[in-house]
Amino acid sequence: MATAFLEHLPILQIVVPLITAPFCILLRRRERSWAFALILSWIVFAMSAMLLQRVLSEGLIIYSLGGWPAPWGIEYRIDAVNGFVAFIVSLIGAVVLLYAPRSVFSEMPDLRANLFFTAYLLCLTGLLGMTLTGDVFNVFVFLEISSLASYALIATGPDRRALMASYRYLVMGTVGATFYVIGVGLLYMMTGTLNMADMAERLQPVLMTRTVLASFAFLAVGLSLKLALFPLHLWLPNAYAYAPSVVTAFLAATATKVGVYVFVRFFYGVFGTRYAFDTLNLDNFLMPLGLAGIFVASLVAVFQSNIKRMLAYSSIAQVGYMMVGVGLVSVTGLTATLVHLFNHAVMKCALFLAMGCFVMRLGSCELEDLRGIGKRMPVTMAAFVAGGLSLIGIPLTVGFISKWYLVLAAIERGWWPVAVLILMGSLIAVAYIWRVVEVAYFHEPAGKAAQAIEAPLSMLIPVWVLVGATFYFGISSTFTADVARRGAEVLMAGLAP
Amino acid sequence: MSVGLFNYWVVMFLMMTGFYIVMASRNLIKKMVGLSLFQTSVFILYITMAKISGGTAPILAGPGTTYSNPLPHVLILTAIVVGVATMALGMAIIIRINDEYGTIEEDEILSIDASD
Repeated sequence: MATAFLEHLPILQIVVPLITAPFCILLRRRERSWAFALILSWIVFAMSAMLLQRVLSEGLIIYSLGGWPAPWGIEYRIDAVNGFVAFIVSLIGAVVLLYAPRSVFSEMPDLRANLFFTAYLLCLTGLLGMTLTGDVFNVFVFLEISSLASYALIATGPDRRALMASYRYLVMGTVGATFYVIGVGLLYMMTGTLNMADMAERLQPVLMTRTVLASFAFLAVGLSLKLALFPLHLWLPNAYAYAPSVVTAFLAATATKVGVYVFVRFFYGVFGTRYAFDTLNLDNFLMPLGLAGIFVASLVAVFQSNIKRMLAYSSIAQVGYMMVGVGLVSVTGLTATLVHLFNHAVMKCALFLAMGCFVMRLGSCELEDLRGIGKRMPVTMAAFVAGGLSLIGIPLTVGFISKWYLVLAAIERGWWPVAVLILMGSLIAVAYIWRVVEVAYFHEPAGKAAQAIEAPLSMLIPVWVLVGATFYFGISSTFTADVARRGAEVLMAGLAP
Repeated sequence: MSVGLFNYWVVMFLMMTGFYIVMASRNLIKKMVGLSLFQTSVFILYITMAKISGGTAPILAGPGTTYSNPLPHVLILTAIVVGVATMALGMAIIIRINDEYGTIEEDEILSIDASD
């Protein structure tokens, strides 16, 4: 029994939330469906933690769906990279649900709340599926499961602008996903396989054909849309700003990360480092866009009056850092990207959850409504400041670890200007975080803020757990950095034998 | 008999038409129509690459029979389902937008939002 369970671990963590999601509707009462979803998400988290632990001790795990061997059946291939990403996704999924009930129930009518948890579990399923699968078409199916669920989740936002944001995301997301399918179709034409490892091998003799070049372009653009690489980020700010706080926290910490993972998996794994970066120089395209993203998005963030929107722009800048790491094409660069996947997930989730507390007490996330809130909600505001410090990259926080590896990787390649630009990007982060700090602490409470009281403990605990993690992994980064380095080595080696 | 690249030209024409409608149209429903056309063109791309003239379905086919590759057909079955779901969700959101704003023209919605 126990060994059978362990053997099927890779598929169980996807099947369990997929099958149980509809039960959240059947449970009718919103409290019951929340409790049910919460238990499930923690079970999923436990499973992905066990899986990561197994991958780290035993190496690559290959699981064939339905017992059909690899090139014919769908194969799940778990190594240090996607084991780590799945761990991040399920961790955030579980912590956010712990926080969810007060915030969700205050932001949406009774009727919709249990449907909300169904969509949430489906979104989690999709993201985990995209991460764990080793089959390129399977990635598309899970991509659409997670995207459709997230369009629905965003549309439940309290403001009517959420609808338009969701619609726009739907159009852009579908275009991105369709580009992905076109790319996969063209690759299938040339190789006759959908299995990533098999495809990487069969691509070698046909790499320079025009079909493969076209598919390369389609995949690069389609996946960049999904992960919100500047300048394909236009769907993101409004979607994050008007979605319910819980959804923003969950998506900001997971959706773009999984996009980055799939991107890296394709271009390092399937196409191979030599083809993607030495022959076609994809890094010449990623580097400027990543750096431009850091600067443009950070500068735009400084001028936002809506704080959720500000943090959304900051997320685009963070994607820029990740893509700079990818574009450095070295083990250290990829380590920086993978470490930042975890670190950014933890700190951005903490920031958005703290924002959720403000939204619940004030009914607004406009900067001017937060005047003097530091005196009324000191615990929440302290969490926001801690998250902000990490976003800037102050030592002892996880943000510092990410920047450290990124700067190290840039210097390793001898690209001093890139290292300088990365550090300058952090200075802009100081500007936008400082605006919030100034309003919250150096003004007298006025308007709604004057009546606000501290957020309930059930919301503060998850926020502080994440804030604690930003400091814990900022001081002792051995776990995250080791896993990331092992992942980076796996990626650099590629999938082709 | 080979049809050459005819199908691929059709695919490309449909794809670009759909994509253009998505970008150029200001009406939310027309955008969805364009999106649907765009997705459908990809279905034809997949079917075309699998089809062999005169090939049958590989069900109970003896050795030596010419048959079309069934896998892309199956993949597209999945993609059609995804397309239907996307369309349904998009339309549902448009209905809600119409309830809230009283219009489905993007320009009008933007000006309503700007005046708030």
